[in-house]
Amino acid sequence: MSLLDWFANRRKAEPTNQAQPERDISDGLWTKCDACGVMTYTKDLRANQMVCLECGHHMRVFSEERIEQLMDADTWIPLNEQVSPIDPLEFRDRKAYSDRIRDTQAKTGLTDSIQTGIGQIDGEPAAVAVMDFRFMGGSMGSVVGEKLTRLIEKATAERLPVLVFCASGGARMQEGMLSLMQMAKISGALERHRDAKLLYIPVLTHPTTGGVTASFAMLGDLIVAEPKAMIAFAGRRVIEQTLREKLPDDFQTAEYLVQHGFVDLIVPRTQMKATLAQLIRLHQLPSAKVSASTGAASLNGAGATRDTASSSAS
Amino acid sequence: MAPTKRKPVLLDFEKPLSELETRIDQIRELAENSDVDVSGQIEQLESRASQLRQEIFSGLSPAQRIQVARHPRRPSTLDYIQTMSDEWIELHGDRGGSDDLALVGGIARMGGRSMVMLGHQKGRDTKDNVARNFGMASPGGYRKAMRLMEHANRFGMPIVTFIDTPGAYAGVKAEEQGQGEAIAYNLREMFSLEVPILCTVIGEGGSGGALGIGVGDRLMMFEHSVYTVASPEACAAILWKDAGKAGKAAEALKITATDLTQLGILDQTLPEPLGGAHRAPLQAAETLKQALLDNIETLSQLAPAELREHRYQKFRKIGKFVEAS
Repeated sequence: MSLLDWFANRRKAEPTNQAQPERDISDGLWTKCDACGVMTYTKDLRANQMVCLECGHHMRVFSEERIEQLMDADTWIPLNEQVSPIDPLEFRDRKAYSDRIRDTQAKTGLTDSIQTGIGQIDGEPAAVAVMDFRFMGGSMGSVVGEKLTRLIEKATAERLPVLVFCASGGARMQEGMLSLMQMAKISGALERHRDAKLLYIPVLTHPTTGGVTASFAMLGDLIVAEPKAMIAFAGRRVIEQTLREKLPDDFQTAEYLVQHGFVDLIVPRTQMKATLAQLIRLHQLPSAKVSASTGAASLNGAGATRDTASSSAS
Repeated sequence: MAPTKRKPVLLDFEKPLSELETRIDQIRELAENSDVDVSGQIEQLESRASQLRQEIFSGLSPAQRIQVARHPRRPSTLDYIQTMSDEWIELHGDRGGSDDLALVGGIARMGGRSMVMLGHQKGRDTKDNVARNFGMASPGGYRKAMRLMEHANRFGMPIVTFIDTPGAYAGVKAEEQGQGEAIAYNLREMFSLEVPILCTVIGEGGSGGALGIGVGDRLMMFEHSVYTVASPEACAAILWKDAGKAGKAAEALKITATDLTQLGILDQTLPEPLGGAHRAPLQAAETLKQALLDNIETLSQLAPAELREHRYQKFRKIGKFVEAS
């Protein structure tokens, strides 16, 4: 190979290297919008909750960021953070599930694909869960099922509304049928919460699919979605392959689901906190002032226990 | 001319067995046309055939079990209902504009007791299969099922469901009509019902489409049935990026009755006639009928609130994780 060839090859190779626009929010000073391509100063973008200032596209946010955007400062009390996945089937595809868990935990700092806790939204106490797409595509296994069920049970006992931010590829295949059964388990807990006449609002974010759509995502008293979020039972690719027909462009978007009657309202991220707080307040009976204040008191109590727990841990 | 026997549908792992059986038939035919006594020889060959069948079917791999579970002659929901019940009236419609033929249901009398029976219905031949959408129910099917279950609840009838589907239908219309919502609604509402619910996987239990009529007080499965979180084909395509690895995926996903008992999901395994339920459908139906009646008897002792509490706890326990302290 001559030197010229070497340069030629190198030049040819270069575009392929650049053809993977890995959006890195954490380190990049500038962030490129996936939709319109405009570069925005990351700090400004963050201030706008990762909604493109140019075109309004909602970029993906992860659980910590979501919690920060939503909850009143210093009110978030995480629950069941110590619940962690195991590999009950000794599952191995191209990589062992146990390795996949370890690597993903190390990479993300999360134990699994959901964070749950109790806190206040504009002064309103609520039990909140936030799924995280970074952790194996937000897939639902035993941990998601258990943490969500515990949260709903606690909310039922303490008479709190439940909000769940969905972002998931569906049931986690690596835990086999245990994952499928979590759909029933969570739905059972929601039945009790509903029976107690308490409010449940899932917020569907991009993407919400499969087993999550076929369970808690669709069981809200009210269902809220972020603009343009993909919401589906079966993926677009699956349908296209089996039917060999071209699908409409807006198929399975939040807007499409509103049109067909499965979502109540689309709320831009920048108005999410205010809207959710408003919805919670609209469901409070005139006499609820008293119970709201006791709710706040019990929150403070729980906060105190948590402080002691974390200090003993350190 | 003697009536022609319906040609059996053979699975590839049954080939050695079928060769032996063909030979037995040939000898028998030969004997009919001559005076030679071959009964001893036939008996010997038949006992060898039965032994061979036993060997083959006791060591089926998960992928082979799927073949048995999907066997075109495997008894379907309507086969079982019609065989087991003394009276049966099929009912129709979801009261929302559709009647899904892939999910059938109605009222039956069995063992002197009225009950609602419903399940996925696969076709008995190609034409029927097209009408039944291969047992892949649409949102309307799940809503019809729920409507019938609510009916059972109102009149205090036990609910018996039969699971036999490759999965809920994945199509434009199904998405448009809210496949996810239809299944989700059933999952939640089945926890609220105050009558016994018995679910049996008679063939294949495909993911959410199966679970949509699968939340009950008892989960039973026939010995060669399978129950999967995702079809091994889909799983292989996603995780191995190679649909050809379906056999491997079937193994890894733990889909057999034995696996699901170990995982604490399955309550009871129903033995099948040697060679699979399709070899002796009446015998399979009798096994199922007995198991259903026994369970209904036991569950009927429970007060409605107890029944609901037990059902809740049954699912509450499912899941494997660690909790560091």
